[in-house]
Formats: sequence, C-alpha cells, structure tokens
Amino acid sequence: MLSDRQLSEQGLEARGNSSRLLLLACGALAREILALVEVNGWDHMDLQCLPAKLHLTPERIPDAVEAAVEAARNTYDDVFVVYADCGTGGLLQQRCEALGVRMIDGPHCYSFFEGNETFAAHAEQEITAFYLTDFLVRQFDAFVWRPMGFDRHPQLIDIMFGNYEKLVYLAQTENPDLDRQAREAAERLGLGYERRFTGYGDLATALATLQT
Amino acid sequence: MSDEEDDLILSELPDEELVPQMMDDLYDGMKEEVEEGVNILLERGWTPYDILTKALVEGMAIVGVDFRDGILFVPEVLLAAGAMKGGMEILKPLLVETGAPRLGKMVIGTVKGDIHDIGKNLVAMMMEGAGFEIVDLGINNDVDKYIDALKAEGADILGMSALLTTTMPYMKVVIDTLVETGARDDYIVLVGGAPLNEEFGKAIGADAYCRDAAVAVETAKELIMRKHNRGAD
Ligand code: B12
Repeated sequence: MLSDRQLSEQGLEARGNSSRLLLLACGALAREILALVEVNGWDHMDLQCLPAKLHLTPERIPDAVEAAVEAARNTYDDVFVVYADCGTGGLLQQRCEALGVRMIDGPHCYSFFEGNETFAAHAEQEITAFYLTDFLVRQFDAFVWRPMGFDRHPQLIDIMFGNYEKLVYLAQTENPDLDRQAREAAERLGLGYERRFTGYGDLATALATLQT
Repeated sequence: MSDEEDDLILSELPDEELVPQMMDDLYDGMKEEVEEGVNILLERGWTPYDILTKALVEGMAIVGVDFRDGILFVPEVLLAAGAMKGGMEILKPLLVETGAPRLGKMVIGTVKGDIHDIGKNLVAMMMEGAGFEIVDLGINNDVDKYIDALKAEGADILGMSALLTTTMPYMKVVIDTLVETGARDDYIVLVGGAPLNEEFGKAIGADAYCRDAAVAVETAKELIMRKHNRGAD
C-alpha cells in the first residue's frame, strides 16, 4: 500500500517492472500516475517519485531531478519528468533540456489537472482562490496547516489567507470523503468552498503521448 | 523558554543586555516584549533612529539570515516581522519629528494576478527601517497602479514582487511601459520573489534583482547614491 506520509517524506522507489521508460515524478502525483498506468495498461512505464515535500522548497527541485535522472540513465531507455515548473522560475525546464529529457507542461499541478488552457483562461478572474488537489486534501495538515504554523499560531491564518475568498478543490476522483475533508479545510481557513471535478486533465494526455 | 527567562524584567537590564535581549525577543516573535524594550530605550534617552537600527533592524537581519539558511521557516519569519512592526509603530511618528535620515521614496507592490505578499511586506519593512519612505500598493497591481503611484508620489524606486512563474513576466510589461513613456530613467527598478533570478532581472530590464530584503536595502542604498552622484554632474 502507498502511504501519503512516505510519498511526502521519502518519495517512491521504482518498481523495476520495465526498463523502457521511467516516469520521474513528484510524490504528490504518485497515486494519479499509477491509476492512469493501470487503467491504460501502460506496462512499458516504471514510476519513481521524489519526496512531495520538495513542493515547499522548489529551489531544490532541479538538483534533485538531475541526480535522479543521472542515476536512472543506465537502467532506462528514456526518462520523462512529471513535474510542472512548480515555482522554479523556468530553471527546471532549462535543466531538463540540458539533461536531454522531456517534462510535462504547465506552471504547477493545479494547472495541468484542470488543463493548462482552462486554468490560464480563468486565472485572472479567480486570483483569490486557493486550490487543493486530491493529494493535498489528504495531506492538508502536512502541506498547509503545519508548515504555515497554524497549529502553533492560529493568528497567522488571517495574515496569510486574509486576501483569499474561496478554497477550490480540484478533484481528480469522485470521492465523497475527500469532498468532506476539503470542505472542512475551507472552514478551518475561513474560506468559501467549491468543488470542481477535473479528472487527470493534461496529465492523462501528456502520458498518453509517451506510447512506444 | 526556561523559568528564569520568564521572570526577566526588561527594565532592570542595562542597555548592553537589553538590546541583545530585544533581538532575541524579536527572533522569537514576542511583539509585546519588543514594544516594551523600545519604550524603555526611549525613556533612557535613546534616539528613535538608534533604537530602530541597532535593535530592530539588526535583530531582523539575523532572522533574514536564518531564513535563508533554512533554520527558520515562513511562520517564524512572519511572527518576527509582526514583532518588529509593533516596535516600528511606536518609533515611526518620532522618527519624523527627530529628522531621521531620509534616503528616498519607494513604491512597492505584488504584480497583477499574484497575491503572495509575505516577502514584499518584509522588504517594505526593512527598507523603511533603513530610512526609505514606503508606499505599499499591496497585491495584484496592474501597470497603471504602479505608474500612477510612481508619479503621484514622486518616487525614486519601484519595487515589484512576484512568487508565481505565471505572474513574473508581468514585470516586463510594467518596465516596457515605463520605457515607452520615456520615464524609465526616472526610477530605479528593483524586482524580487522566490522564482526570479539574476538573469531574469537583466532580461526584463530591471536595475537589479534582489534575493532577499537585506540585499534589497544594500542595493537600493547603492543605486540611490549613484543616482544622486549622476544628478550632481
Ligand atoms: C507562503 C506561500 C503561500 C501562502 C501565501 C501567503 C501570503 N499572504 O503571501 C499561501 C499558502 C496562501 C499560498 C498560496 C498560493 N501559492 Co504559494 N507559496 C508559499 C511559499 C511556501 C512561500 C512563499 C513565501 O512567503 N516565502 C517567504 C518570503 C519571506 O520569501 P519570498 O517571498 O521569497 O521573499 C523574499 C525574496 O524573494 C525577496 N523579495 C520578494 N519580493 C520582493 C520584491 C522586491 C522589490 C525585492 C527587491 C525583493 C523581494 O525578499 C523577500 C524577503 O527576504 C512558496 C514556496 C517557496 N518556498 O517559495 C509557495 C509558492 C510560491 N506558491 C505557489 C502556488 C502555486 C500558490 C497557489 C496558486 C497555490 C494554491 N494552492 O492555490 C496560491 C496562489 C494564489 C495567488 N493567486 O497568488 C507555488 C508557485 C508555483 C509556480 N509555478 O509559480 C510555490 C512555489 C509552491 C509550489 N512549489 O508549488 N502560497
């Protein structure tokens, strides 16, 4: 069984089921990628994840990706990096180009789950929205509540979220439990709530192009 | 904290122990204690400017270094900033009265589409602490808001902040507009925010990219000095 805690802290080791294509991904995408691989029967793909907690220190992502790509070169024919820019300001893209590997398009996972075009089209109308994905709903305490210090200093909620109006849960799956947890998260932050089903969005289409 | 420290009576400490204690309190985000320390130093005849620079700004500089080195995290920085702000609120009116040095005026704001403001607020505060007058436009600023404020305020410096890869290119829109209207050379343009880098700052035509608030202060001082020297000849 996959544990979210492990995906956050350690990531996920490759299973070694194929030596053709390694998907090198953020731990926050592990379940979604495995679900896609399974329903589509993409047996030529193996998956390795870096710890999802890199999300909070994006300046470390390019080096971590590079090290993993270099380590995988001898084992796999090809590597595809399943990280959006994620706040590296274009540096991850540059690094992937230098390494000669491709990566998924988009500024962050909220955007590619909804579809980069759709997200960009409403970005301006929705700047006071705070987004969660399935992973972040499950890991809300580990990725938002505790790192932002709200458990120790509840007065910081207003300082950090004072300009926000609603929490938008971008749902990858139909799951009433997650819907309930996301609504709770919105309440804890003092925000309105909206659930928007996205499915796997551009993640599905990007991986589908990796057929060989 | 140990019991011993709980019982500490700030007003009984000599200056040379009180100031480091205030820096510790600032580091720990203890707003009331910092405010108390400021009031004690005022009573002891310190100038507002000395209190600001020798206790508050210096204390906050330590916070900045430890944040950069990964020892402190966002919530701790916010709490420390809150404590510093408490002290500054007391000093601000007095600084004006006592004619503390004025280095220049900065209009600062987060760019359109972006509502991250922690870093921007920190820069504004440290710049103010260093003697710059600050006009804070808040978040989500379009080109008109920046340029109207620069003109209305007769500012020397424009500061723009962005934390999203999708919003950082907007800085170029603002700079290009300044160029088109022939106003680019009237202002020093500083940019910052975690996803930016030196190369990006150059590419969009900013005067400087600053990695943190301390660098912002140093850079602003230097560029203002150069601007004045140029003005003189
Ligand atoms: C705290 C935070 C938040 C808080 C913001 C609270 C607030 N009131 O600002 C919350 C949780 C609300 C938030 C929301 C979002 N965030 Co956010 N956030 C962060 C986080 C963890 C830290 C940013 C921060 O405040 N750092 C602390 C300050 C002190 O540092 P700083 O901002 O870098 O500022 C320093 C320097 O850069 C410089 N500086 C900054 N500005 C300026 C300006 C000038 C003129 C100068 C000279 C210098 C300067 O000096 C500062 C002081 O030293 C970053 C990750 C990271 N580590 O950067 C993500 C991050 C920036 N966020 C991100 C995202 C995606 C979002 C959301 C879209 C997420 C969502 N779930 O909806 C929303 C954005 C909504 C919007 N429209 O803006 C991404 C950006 C990805 C990308 N491709 O761009 C990041 C990188 C996280 C990630 N890996 O995905 N976020």
